[in-house]
Amino acid sequence: MGRKLLLEKAHVQDIRNYDVYRREGGYRSVEKALKTMSPDQVTEEVKKSGLRGRGGAGFPAGMKWSFLAKPEGIPRYLVCNADESEPGTFKDRYLMEFIPHLLIEGLIVSSYALGSNRTYIYIRGEYAWIVDILEQAIAEAKNNGWLGKNILGSGFDCEIYVQRGAGAYICGEETALLESLEGKRGNPRIKPPFPAVKGLWDCPTVVNNVETLAAVVPILNIGGDEYAKIGVGKSTGTKLLSACGNINKPGVYEIDMTISVEEFIYSDEYCGGIANGKRLKACIPGGSSVPILPANLLLKTAKGESRMMNYESLADGGFATGTMMGSGGFIVLDEDQCVVRHTLTLARFYRHESCGQCSPCREGTGWMEKILKNIEYGKGKKSDIDLLWDIQRKIEGNTICPLGDAAAWPVAAAIRHFRDEFEWHVQYPNAAQNRNYGLAHYADPIRVGAGA
Amino acid sequence: MVQFSAEKLSKVNEIIARYPAGKQKSALIPVLHIAQEEFGGWLSAETMDYVASLMKLEPIEVYEVATFYSMYNLKPVGKFVFEVCQTGPCMLNGSDDIIDYIKQKLGIKPGETTADGLFTLKTVECLGACGYAPMMQLGKHYREHLTKEKIDAIIDECERNAVTNN
Repeated sequence: MGRKLLLEKAHVQDIRNYDVYRREGGYRSVEKALKTMSPDQVTEEVKKSGLRGRGGAGFPAGMKWSFLAKPEGIPRYLVCNADESEPGTFKDRYLMEFIPHLLIEGLIVSSYALGSNRTYIYIRGEYAWIVDILEQAIAEAKNNGWLGKNILGSGFDCEIYVQRGAGAYICGEETALLESLEGKRGNPRIKPPFPAVKGLWDCPTVVNNVETLAAVVPILNIGGDEYAKIGVGKSTGTKLLSACGNINKPGVYEIDMTISVEEFIYSDEYCGGIANGKRLKACIPGGSSVPILPANLLLKTAKGESRMMNYESLADGGFATGTMMGSGGFIVLDEDQCVVRHTLTLARFYRHESCGQCSPCREGTGWMEKILKNIEYGKGKKSDIDLLWDIQRKIEGNTICPLGDAAAWPVAAAIRHFRDEFEWHVQYPNAAQNRNYGLAHYADPIRVGAGA
Repeated sequence: MVQFSAEKLSKVNEIIARYPAGKQKSALIPVLHIAQEEFGGWLSAETMDYVASLMKLEPIEVYEVATFYSMYNLKPVGKFVFEVCQTGPCMLNGSDDIIDYIKQKLGIKPGETTADGLFTLKTVECLGACGYAPMMQLGKHYREHLTKEKIDAIIDECERNAVTNN
């Protein structure tokens, strides 16, 4: 059993209620921080922990905090990014729904470290019922003296508010989120200036993911050094993964980043193997925008080593033979799934979610969807595959925000690793309407050193 | 005429108070949610103009937001809106069949409303329920692990609710 820091108490009955949460040791980290530590000492612990942002980019959280500008007389803000929208990702939802006080506790400690007296949780609009759960938890925290004026006699004031979005994946991008929080369209801003200097209402702002802020609680409780001992290399602590697709036990799992991908998929403690006794064909391990890998490269790196569930090992081989940890949205495809069709749904998603600001993304996502649709529905040409490759390459790196890259990568990886499945669709359009390409050679043992 | 009740107005003021003075525009998205709920499940030009005057914004500031976010309906919808996810993880678990079944059962295509004004079908992109696929949003809540039987039961439930509420 891996060590649990976030979900350890998630199954305690009524843990959603303040009294139960407090009885189980909740809000100790607020007492510790506000009574015995300075804000900078809290930041120092987070730095020591090696915690990396859990939203997808994996940037060191303590370093992000240390970039926050602190000019005299100008308010600073902490904004919690709860706009979880990356296909395959539903871990923050689980955390907020079942153990909301953990997030509130993490927010209070983090607000203290950053000097944020008004902290906002920006939650995706569709999670409407979770807004009620969070507001209830905030009210309970306030009634018990953890929020409001002069908390625990420390002189620190803090209020937390929940802001509901209204349906836009792009608002998970931090500057689009800030635009939305200001009551505008979610168009990402050009960086620099970064939010740490000019964020919400032009004030210095830190935007962190739900899981990142919740992880501050165990970091304070056990200490940054202890936290850093869990895991391996720069993948410290525990990570929530949301597993879905064709597996026996979809759901949210907490891992300590020392297990292998194979164990995560086949162990009964986690995904419990491929559903219906089928075989593994492919997997997108970190949310829809990270590269899809065929079974063989997923389980073993190009060097022939077991691939592990951590930031470094998943990225081993770069985009040629590796992928990314991303947001931890683990999507599994069995042998009967069509990679072209799956890629088409992702291309449609990104076309739908493009904010329209940058031409390569606005136009390119639409073209990719159209071409993939043609290929999937038997109207593709051989040249379409190269055209798709060309379009994705011209989107990547040419947009204000990472949505362009996020749209390009799934298409690029699908062609890179499953080109023969695309070609088969073009060559045998009628067959492709009636059956799937199947597992083919995608699970065959890899030749060590090949393709790297 | 479009006009919030006193109760809703106080809710609007409570939301505006969450932001620093002069930043009331931040309340626009939550206030549009309330307006949509209050005024028939969609945002008419009249509703948007009302919100603009209430919040001391130019009408265009409201229109540009209302047209950007997918949860705001810009034309009338049925009493029950089935928002069925069709993105990758749901597709892997049979969402295409679920959408086809609803289409056939209600006799409408995505984006349409039944003649009795009861049901609207919308296909939507990932709602963050990938582990519980296929799924749809109905009002405030998610309906997950959908099957044809569950769709039958949900439609029955909506029809019963429509009768009791009228």
